[in-house]
Amino acid sequence: MIRRPFFGFLKPKLKVLQADEELQAIQDIPLPPRISLTVKNPRIHPENLDLSIGDDVKTGQKIILTARSDDYLISTATGTIAEISEITSYLGQTFTVISIDTRDDEEDEEFAESMQIPHNNTVRDFFNQLPGAPAFSSLLGFDPPINKIVVTGVDRDLLVATNQYVFNKEFEEVVNGIDILKDITSIGQIKIIASSDITHKHGNDLDIVYLDPRYPDTLPKMIVTNVFKETVPQGKSPEDIGIGFVTAETVSCLTKAYREKRIPTDKIVTVIRQNGLILIARARIGTHVGHILDTLGITVNTGDRVVLGGPMTGHTIHSLDTPISYDTDSIMVQKAEDIVPSFDTYCFNCGECIRICPVKIPVNMLIRLLENGFYEEAADQYNLLCCVECGLCSYVCMAHIPIFHYIMLGKHELAKTHNSSEETNVR
Amino acid sequence: MSDNQQLLLVSSHAPFWHNMSSLTAKNYNIMLAALPAALFGVWQYGMPALGVISLSISCSMLWELLMNLIMKRDVSIGDGSAALTGLLLSMLLPAITPWWVVVVGTFVAIVVGKQIYGGVGGNPFNPVLVAFAILTLSWKGILDFDTALVNYDFGYCMIFPLGAIKHFGAEAASNYDIHALFMGHQTGGIGSVFGLGLIIGGVYLLLRGYIRWEISLSYLLAVYITETLFCLSAPGKYADPMFHILTGYTLIGAFFLATEDSSSPVNFIPMLLYGAGAGLLTILIRNIGAYADGTVLAILIMSVANPLMDKIRPAAIGREI
Repeated sequence: MIRRPFFGFLKPKLKVLQADEELQAIQDIPLPPRISLTVKNPRIHPENLDLSIGDDVKTGQKIILTARSDDYLISTATGTIAEISEITSYLGQTFTVISIDTRDDEEDEEFAESMQIPHNNTVRDFFNQLPGAPAFSSLLGFDPPINKIVVTGVDRDLLVATNQYVFNKEFEEVVNGIDILKDITSIGQIKIIASSDITHKHGNDLDIVYLDPRYPDTLPKMIVTNVFKETVPQGKSPEDIGIGFVTAETVSCLTKAYREKRIPTDKIVTVIRQNGLILIARARIGTHVGHILDTLGITVNTGDRVVLGGPMTGHTIHSLDTPISYDTDSIMVQKAEDIVPSFDTYCFNCGECIRICPVKIPVNMLIRLLENGFYEEAADQYNLLCCVECGLCSYVCMAHIPIFHYIMLGKHELAKTHNSSEETNVR
Repeated sequence: MSDNQQLLLVSSHAPFWHNMSSLTAKNYNIMLAALPAALFGVWQYGMPALGVISLSISCSMLWELLMNLIMKRDVSIGDGSAALTGLLLSMLLPAITPWWVVVVGTFVAIVVGKQIYGGVGGNPFNPVLVAFAILTLSWKGILDFDTALVNYDFGYCMIFPLGAIKHFGAEAASNYDIHALFMGHQTGGIGSVFGLGLIIGGVYLLLRGYIRWEISLSYLLAVYITETLFCLSAPGKYADPMFHILTGYTLIGAFFLATEDSSSPVNFIPMLLYGAGAGLLTILIRNIGAYADGTVLAILIMSVANPLMDKIRPAAIGREI
């Protein structure tokens, strides 16, 4: 945990971890007896799915979920479907969870066959769940179309080193993947963002921007502001102004998909241990968090906190049976005694949040409105929708108010009211 | 897997780190910073000063505890804010202050100045200043330094410096040596005369980031500049600017009173305006107004304007205007 500097008039130095020598060894997690694949889709109910318990699937098989929609899933293992369930997650998002009892891998041939035909665009239809966040498919089918792509070789959150690892270790694959990316997206302008701390700098004709990896400058919206000198309008995403983001891991996996003629099924995950030290692990997408931690010899006790993601922007999980998904970059375990609780005290106007906010939101006023549920006013007068969701306001709050939580709740409630009013208008 | 299911994990929203700062740490640091000046008062005035300080701190905490119990809220005396209020109030009072004035003063500070607004963060004014203003208005004679400290003689001019220039004109300032004033050789509140101690405490708080340089510096600059303008307008009629900086409540006001969180702005320009406005008003009250020292009232007036001033803020990035 990075504490308030002794000379508190300085801003805290929140340096995103650099991938140093210690990270060179990667730990392979063996395939567990059961994996669970998740697909985010609020429209599909488990009973409407075109698959049922007992169905056999092969590694790399494209599973069409329903006849009526294009949604699909790539099975990352061979086995029998054992369970289909639905879970509700962060901000009410629902996921369909398909659990597979695994056996020895048998490769599905459909992808390899589609690659036989040169310049075949249908290969794109297998890349929905390439490892790395955000989902690669969102980049391909975005409307309005993306005209610039940023390949991030630096991780967003503190202590996460997944993409730095890939960028250092699989640099050739990343460079190769960028060519493939140009080919399948026909987007010419591709910029690479790398940490200025990496040991060897690459002087080829690549468009690389070396970034001092300070949080929150590693967040996509801050990269748009600082590197492209453009501003993402409030409530919009970088994609809305034509800038798409892919991780170095996704790009490296593109190369592997073309080279090996199979969809990559492994995810590289940074595991942040209780003592703050990290491990890099490679696991099958769908492996349960508990299995990964067991293999690495990390024990979790009642009262601890397990987080998917980093210390600033991750999400807690409440069961170790939660699987890692294609976009899970890290798992963080926190000991019970290291958990700093939030309080329901009032803001006493110290102004720390104002000084740390990267987009100059008047957080002290915003929190007063959010606490009382005035979400419309919060958006109109105090720039709720400008928030880039870095969480630094909560991190520095002397009153220990869960400001970030209030902000996300406010955004969620606002979106809900807007959606329901749109529905009423349609009727 | 069955083991995993019995495992209870703590769930909460991001971020999962905190920089471990807290209101308690802040308040104790401010008290620490105030100690040099307060201890100087004890050293100079002896046990009566220590009595006032102790009574003030303990009464503040008791009033806070009482209000916590009456309002059925969590006991908040541990966070140090009541103790800090008590300490700062006692630092403004003369060493010989009757016990009941301290009891009433702390009642006004904690109950009227803070708790009825909902406790820490709810107060529109600095509770210390509210209490002191009401005490001054109610018992002017008791808080008059020349009357209260009449039995002390430390071998330097024992007339309250600001009172002296108010009543005898600027030439009275020549009775005081600037260096002696800086070292606390003047009549005044228990903890408000030792300029060196207050500056050491203030710089400590500035470096630790517990108070803002914008407010303290703009306040002191405004006092200096306004007094310089007065001097330029009528040479010889007004005292030297440094005299005003080192006397009365100027320094304790700049570092400990004006910087109270809840009654001061948080944005850059408003902080400068707030400090500068308070400095300007301080000198106006001292030179033109009815009171010898205007610091307390000046800061109170600027606190009224605080919510309005804090609307001057930068546009958020991404906001469509």
